[in-house]
Amino acid sequence: MKKVTVITQILSANDQIAEENQRLLRDQRILAVNLMASPGAGKTSLILQTGKALEGRARIGVVEGDVASRIDADKVASQNIPVIQINTGGECHLDAATVRKALKALPLSEVDILFIENIGNLICPVEFKLGEEIRVVVASVPEGDDKPYKYPGIFTAVNAVVLNKMDLAPYVEFDFNELRKAIAGMNRKAKLFQVSCRTGEGVAPWADWLEGQWRTRKHGA
Amino acid sequence: MHELPVTEQIVGIVLDHARKAKAGRVLKINLVIGELSGFSGESIQFYFDLFSKGTEAEEALLFISRVPARARCQACKQEFNPEGMNWFCPACGGPIEEILGGREFYIESIEVE
Repeated sequence: MKKVTVITQILSANDQIAEENQRLLRDQRILAVNLMASPGAGKTSLILQTGKALEGRARIGVVEGDVASRIDADKVASQNIPVIQINTGGECHLDAATVRKALKALPLSEVDILFIENIGNLICPVEFKLGEEIRVVVASVPEGDDKPYKYPGIFTAVNAVVLNKMDLAPYVEFDFNELRKAIAGMNRKAKLFQVSCRTGEGVAPWADWLEGQWRTRKHGA
Repeated sequence: MHELPVTEQIVGIVLDHARKAKAGRVLKINLVIGELSGFSGESIQFYFDLFSKGTEAEEALLFISRVPARARCQACKQEFNPEGMNWFCPACGGPIEEILGGREFYIESIEVE
């Protein structure tokens, strides 16, 4: 019997492709955002609102990931945003190889900020790097204020948390201080934004921050 | 679920190392899975039996070391294991400076003959 040391990351194949994606995006001076959330939290709505807010300031592109249908890509396309729809047919997260294919079909020279809208899921996407620069989770008021404790894997891994559906706060049990405290404990560097994609409230500071992230890298990279 | 393609990766990496070591059989596979990684040992075992059939790893035992979340306090630099709703330093109440462990997902070693 012989013991063979392996020490190999199981996702090393995915990580390698993610690194290639990242290099490609950086070369194009594109800020890539891996946008994650539960189904229905508001990923697509946030993309649409951000597109409106950044009009004339930064050009948006989208890689739209869903198990099935073109519903989200059609919404994005109707706002004249370049978009590619990926249907995974069952896979619960996007991976770097799938994103690489999508990148080939996008007019990258016409994109400043690329949203990669991941599959609606708070668990599976976390460990699969796609080549993104920034990771964002969209939480929503009806989901409850304890989600960081229930899904520490994702809430500790993101650069920003966007809390959507603030317009519903008067109608559900939600303690914003509890959510803020949870994030402050487990991920104090994460920016926390409160928005309502339906009313537009709070979108401006989020869009400003995102544009700042893009400009910093564009000039510093 | 994603443990299916992930387990396929595991079997591939294991066989690669086994063949390089000129092994006839893989007896044991030592995996390290962090609590924050989102991967389930049970699902991996299930798919492993499927993917290893007919290969040198067919009868290998999967041994999974689970690594709990570990963090360092930003204020007093104490290390602790966050869990449940306890994500502030037990010593001083400070926030986390850095996650030190819990995201692992790798094959540490294999035993072959």
